[in-house]
Amino acid sequence: MTATDIAAIPASPILEVRNLRKSYGSTSILKGVSCTLNQGDVMCVLGGSGSGKTTLLRCIAQLERYQGGSVVVDGELMGIAAAKGGRFYRLSERQIARQRLKTGMVFQKFNLFSHMTAVQNVMEGPLHVLSVPPAEARREACRLLEWVGLGERMDHYPAQLSGGQQQRVAIARALAMKPKVMLFDEPTSALDPESVGRVLAVMKQVAATGMSMIVVTHEMGFAREVASRVVFMDHGVIAEDAPSAQFFSAPSHPRAADFLASTLGARAQTN
Amino acid sequence: MSAEIQLDDHSTIIERGRYHMVVSLVVILAFVAWLIHAFAVSDIEWKYVSHFLMVRTIMQGVAATLLMAISAMMLGIVIGLTFAIVQQSGNPVWKTVAAGYVWLFRGTPVILQLLLWFNLALVFPHIWIPGYGSVQTVQLMTPFLSALLGLGLNQGAYITEIMRSGLTSVDRGQYEACCMIGMTRLLALRRVILPQALRVVIPPLGNEFISMIKLTSLSSMIQYPEILHSAQNIYYANARVIELLLVTGFWYLTIVTVLMPVQYFLEKRINRGWSG
Repeated sequence: MTATDIAAIPASPILEVRNLRKSYGSTSILKGVSCTLNQGDVMCVLGGSGSGKTTLLRCIAQLERYQGGSVVVDGELMGIAAAKGGRFYRLSERQIARQRLKTGMVFQKFNLFSHMTAVQNVMEGPLHVLSVPPAEARREACRLLEWVGLGERMDHYPAQLSGGQQQRVAIARALAMKPKVMLFDEPTSALDPESVGRVLAVMKQVAATGMSMIVVTHEMGFAREVASRVVFMDHGVIAEDAPSAQFFSAPSHPRAADFLASTLGARAQTN
Repeated sequence: MSAEIQLDDHSTIIERGRYHMVVSLVVILAFVAWLIHAFAVSDIEWKYVSHFLMVRTIMQGVAATLLMAISAMMLGIVIGLTFAIVQQSGNPVWKTVAAGYVWLFRGTPVILQLLLWFNLALVFPHIWIPGYGSVQTVQLMTPFLSALLGLGLNQGAYITEIMRSGLTSVDRGQYEACCMIGMTRLLALRRVILPQALRVVIPPLGNEFISMIKLTSLSSMIQYPEILHSAQNIYYANARVIELLLVTGFWYLTIVTVLMPVQYFLEKRINRGWSG
């Protein structure tokens, strides 16, 4: 798919978060967060530590329970269903597992299955969740691993791979399930500088296929270059939600401006 | 350089003498020699030992010991795994049940549990089995079934703890990764969590199995015909007590000796992907 093809697709929301509220005990982490991701968009979520950006991603993925609000992915209300009298009940674990097929997730710590080789990691879901025939699952897994540049490493166990290679396997594993939205939770934070570039390159490659993506990151370069939208979070709320170019050139929220000044300033000093 | 020692290119470093090792070896060998001598000149009739080593009753006892150890261990593993999974499920009712089970069965001696099962008829004269009807407990609670329940349930309590530590040793991220490729809890357990927990669980399970081999000897108290019970039956008749006890000792040692390399290979196999 080329850039002009993507531009031709009319913007329609693939993911909608409405008034999401989440707290641990009396500490509220998300204080009513709303945002929309359009089909094919790449949204980078920025913010200081403790701003709630990872929690937002985990709520979208239904890995965390939230006390209020809704997440709709590809037209489907996630995790809950309407009951009589305007109340909602939580779906069963099995129903949520099925809904999670719409979202793929890449974790900060890779979380590859350590007792399986790279190719087994990638084919595990298609084989045992989607019931794809083994030969076909393996063929597709090999294709994906080659696509992320790991054709040579298919039969290596995670412990035999570098952090960056593990993260690329993890991206292939998520893509193998053909999700509607890819969620990245600080995918390069646990990597050495050399690996960071190669993982970001693969993420750009994923974005170029027209995949809708939400990326929680500290990589300003990536956000500036690849993101179509930037969401800046501060103390559990979205302080600014703007097109990428606008956010980096003229952030409207003072906290966002401070954040940009400190992170980009630090970057400029080290360079 | 303040050190006064001078090392030139030709200096070599000599290891410390190992005289203390030689001395201790001599002492130990002397003790073993004395022990062997004591046994050799005692009243033990060694020809009885070698005669009874392979006698039919004893061989049946060996088979019964192995059968019981394996059956009780399997029962223990099934129970232990179930309770460990249940404890992790977060259901408070089942958590309490599992904790109560572990408390009760670890808190009382195995021999007492065996005797209680064997004498269950004193509490429940009749037991109703679904699809079969009422049976007399005396007939149902054979030595085999009593020993199996006694040893298996007791073992299950210990294995619950082992399995629980195995399950908690697997990083939570592994489970979350399973969730994100659409797995249900049970599928994640079967495909990812348990295979990884095995790595942690196999060594202590091997130890438990070796203990179980020896624990089966307690079931001689409730007439289960394992090695010790068979040997006792023989020496009640011929009064060759020490000879027959040595025979049982030989068989327990043999079984355990054979099992140890098996455990080693299992551990090697399960460690794939970690040792690099």
